Amino acid sequence: MAAEHMLGAEMILKALGDQGVDVVFGYPGGAVLPIYDAIFKQNHIRHILVRHEQAAVHAAEGYARSTGKVGVVLVTSGPGATNAVTGLTDALMDSVPVVCLTGQVPTHLIGNDAFQEADTTGITRPCTKHNYLVKDIGDLARMLHEAFYVARTGRPGPVVVDLPKDILLASGPYQAPDTVQHKTYRPQVKPDAARIEEAVALIAAAKRPLFYGGGGITNSGERAWTLFRELVRMTGFPCTLTLMGLGALPASERQFLGMVGMHGTYESNMAMHDCDLMIAVGSRFDDRVTGKLNAFSPGSKKIHIDIDPSSINKNVRVDVPIVADVAEALSAIIAGLKAKRWKPDLETQAPWWKEIERWRARNCLAYEKTDKVIKPQFAIERLYHLTRDKEIYVTTEVGQHQMWAAQFFKFEKPYHWMTSGGLGTMGYGLPAAMGVQIAHPGALVVDIAGEASILMNIQEMSTLCQYRLPVKVFILNNQYMGMVRQWQELLHGGRYSESYTDSLPDFVKLAEAFGAVGLRATRTDEVDRVIKEMLAVDKPVIVDVAVDQMENCFPMIPSGAPHNEMLMGPGDKRQDGSVPEEGMVLV
Amino acid sequence: MSAASPSNIEKHTIAVLVDNEPGVLARVIGLFSGRGYNIESLTVAEVDRRNNLSRITIVTSGTPMIIEQIKAQLSRLVPIHGVRDLTAEGPHVERELALIKVSSTGERRIESLRLADIFRARVIDSTIESFVFEMTGSTEKLNAFINLMEPLGLIDVSRTGVVAISRGTTRF
Repeated sequence: MAAEHMLGAEMILKALGDQGVDVVFGYPGGAVLPIYDAIFKQNHIRHILVRHEQAAVHAAEGYARSTGKVGVVLVTSGPGATNAVTGLTDALMDSVPVVCLTGQVPTHLIGNDAFQEADTTGITRPCTKHNYLVKDIGDLARMLHEAFYVARTGRPGPVVVDLPKDILLASGPYQAPDTVQHKTYRPQVKPDAARIEEAVALIAAAKRPLFYGGGGITNSGERAWTLFRELVRMTGFPCTLTLMGLGALPASERQFLGMVGMHGTYESNMAMHDCDLMIAVGSRFDDRVTGKLNAFSPGSKKIHIDIDPSSINKNVRVDVPIVADVAEALSAIIAGLKAKRWKPDLETQAPWWKEIERWRARNCLAYEKTDKVIKPQFAIERLYHLTRDKEIYVTTEVGQHQMWAAQFFKFEKPYHWMTSGGLGTMGYGLPAAMGVQIAHPGALVVDIAGEASILMNIQEMSTLCQYRLPVKVFILNNQYMGMVRQWQELLHGGRYSESYTDSLPDFVKLAEAFGAVGLRATRTDEVDRVIKEMLAVDKPVIVDVAVDQMENCFPMIPSGAPHNEMLMGPGDKRQDGSVPEEGMVLV
Repeated sequence: MSAASPSNIEKHTIAVLVDNEPGVLARVIGLFSGRGYNIESLTVAEVDRRNNLSRITIVTSGTPMIIEQIKAQLSRLVPIHGVRDLTAEGPHVERELALIKVSSTGERRIESLRLADIFRARVIDSTIESFVFEMTGSTEKLNAFINLMEPLGLIDVSRTGVVAISRGTTRF
C-alpha cells in the first residue's frame, strides 16, 4: 500500500494519534505555527495552553505519572525550548516518559543566530534520554515513533524532537508506528536465571530481611506492583519505600515501615542499617536514602533489581545484581520460591520483627499538639483524614511540606502521588496537578505546597481557570523557605540568609484575581472547616494555611551521617554537636 | 564509593560502535565531561558505510568501579551499537600516529634524522631547516621519540590518539 503523503505538521498530529496521544500541553510561537494550524483543524487531540513552557513539561509529567502513559509537550523554538529544560531535567531524574516537540528555525538558518534560534539539541542533550533533530521530511514519522519508543522503553525518560519550520511545511510519506523498528535500543527485560537462583537462595535463608522498593515499581506498571505486593505478603518481610515508590505497598499494611531516607521513619532507617538482606526493587540507592556511604547497611547482603544496568553498582556494591524489568524479575523470584516450596519461618522472623516493633514504638513522627499555632503536620493529617473516603491524587512542591506530605499521607496504590524527587524542582506541584486533573477529570487533585514554591509557577492558576480544572492548592505558609531555613538553623548557626519569603501576596486575593476561590486558616480550630470548604468547591481553590514558622522536619539524617545517627527532634544534636567536614559539602 | 588510591586507578581502552549521525560524538563526550570521567585520548571515524557506523576509541582511566560505570553509561545511550573494553577482554593491538615537525640546522639536524631512522619514522616533508616526521607506533614509542626531539628543535606535534583492535578472529 502506497504511503500516504501529507504536510509535516499534519504528519505530527497523525503520528501522535497513532501513538495513542489524546492531549498535548503547550505554548505557541512563530516556529510552531504550522502545527498549531493543524491542531485548530482537528479535534481528536486536545491542546492545553499553559502560561509558561516549564509548566507544560511538569503538566506532562503529572499526566504521565498518574496514568503510565507518555506525556506530550509542544513548545516553540528558542526561549520556548530553553524554558522547557528544567522540566526535562526533572523528567530525566525521576524517569518519567515525556516526548517534547520543540520548534526550530528552518534548516537553512540553523547556526545563523536567527530570531528565536537556540541550539536545542545541544542544550537538551545532557538533560534528556535522547533527542532528535529532523532534517528531512522523510525522517519525520520514523523519528516521532522512535521518540515514543525510547521514552517508554527500558528506564523511561524524556525525549526531545526538534522540528525546523520548513520540515513542518514540507510534504512527505507517512510511516505507521508498527513499521518502525529501533536499530540499537533494546534494553534487557528478562532476568538472568542464575542471578534469580542466587536471589531466591538468599531470600530463603534471610533472618533480618528488608524490602527496599522505589519508583521503578510504579514505572514498570500494574503487573509490577501486583507482583511486588504478592512477594512482600508471601514472605512476610518488612518493607520500606522511597519517596518515589510510595504506594507500591499499601501504607496501611503492617509490613510497611514508612518511607526510608533523610526524612524517613526511624524504624525504616534502623531496619535498613541493621538488616542482613536488603532486596532493592526498582530503587537506585540515591544519596537521600543511603546517607553516609561507607556506613550504609554494613552487615547486609544486597539484591538489586533494576532495568538500568548503569544504576547497579553505581554507589553501593551489591551482591546479586539483576538487570531486568521489575515485573519479570519478581515473577521469576516468586516462581523460584514456590518451586522450593518455601514457607516463611515465623520463628526465625520473630526477633527481627520484635526489634522493628520496638523501633516503631518510638513514634518518630510525633509532634507537639498545640492550639496556639497550626502545626504543619497537623494540617496535613487533617487533610488526609478528611479525604480518606475519596480517591485523591496528591502532588507537592519541594521542601519541608513535601517531606511532611510523604510522612503523613498514606498511599494505598501507585499513580496517586506525584512529587519531584531527584531534581527537587520547586514549582513542580501546581502544573503537575494540572496534568493529573486533565488525565482524571472527575477526581480530587490536591497540590500540597509551600508559599515560596507556589510562586514559581503561580501563573498556571490562569490555566486552571481556563479549563475549569478544580485543583486544590493547599499552601503550608510558614513565611520561610522551610527546608533551607532548617538547614541554616542546624548547620549554619541560625543565619537565615535569604530564606525569608518577604512581600508575600495575599493568597486569597490572588486566587480571586485569577477567578479562583481563596480560603484562609490561621487557627487550629479553623483547619477542618476550611478543608471541608475547599473540598466542596468545584472550582480551583487556593487555601492559605498559616503554620508554625520554626517547625523543623524530623527525623533527619544530617549530611554525612549514617542511618543509625538520626536527629529525632528539636532537642537532638549530634553527639559532639558538629557536622563532619565531608557532610558540610553535601547538598 | 571506593577510595581512589594511586594503586587502583587503571587505564582502559574502550571501543564504542555508534550510529554515524550528527550529535552522537557530542553525546559520548558529553557523558564523559558531565560525569567527570577522564578522557586521555579519543579518536573517531566511519568504519562501515553500508550500515552507517562509526567507531570511537577512548582511552580512559579510573578505579574498577568507575570503569564499570563508564561502560554501563555508554551502553545505555540510544545510538550505541556496542561497547568493548579491549583492556579487560584480553590481547589487543593499539597504535597511534604522529606528525612531528623539527626545525634545526647543523649537528642537531643530523642527529634528528639519525634518531628518526632508529625509530623508523619517515620523513614526509623537508626544507633546509626543517623536517616533518611521520611515525606510527605505541603511545610509549611516540612519547619517547617526541621527548628526544625536544632538545633537537621540536616545534610542532600533531597526534591522532589511540586506535585499537582485538587480536584474533573476534568481530566487534
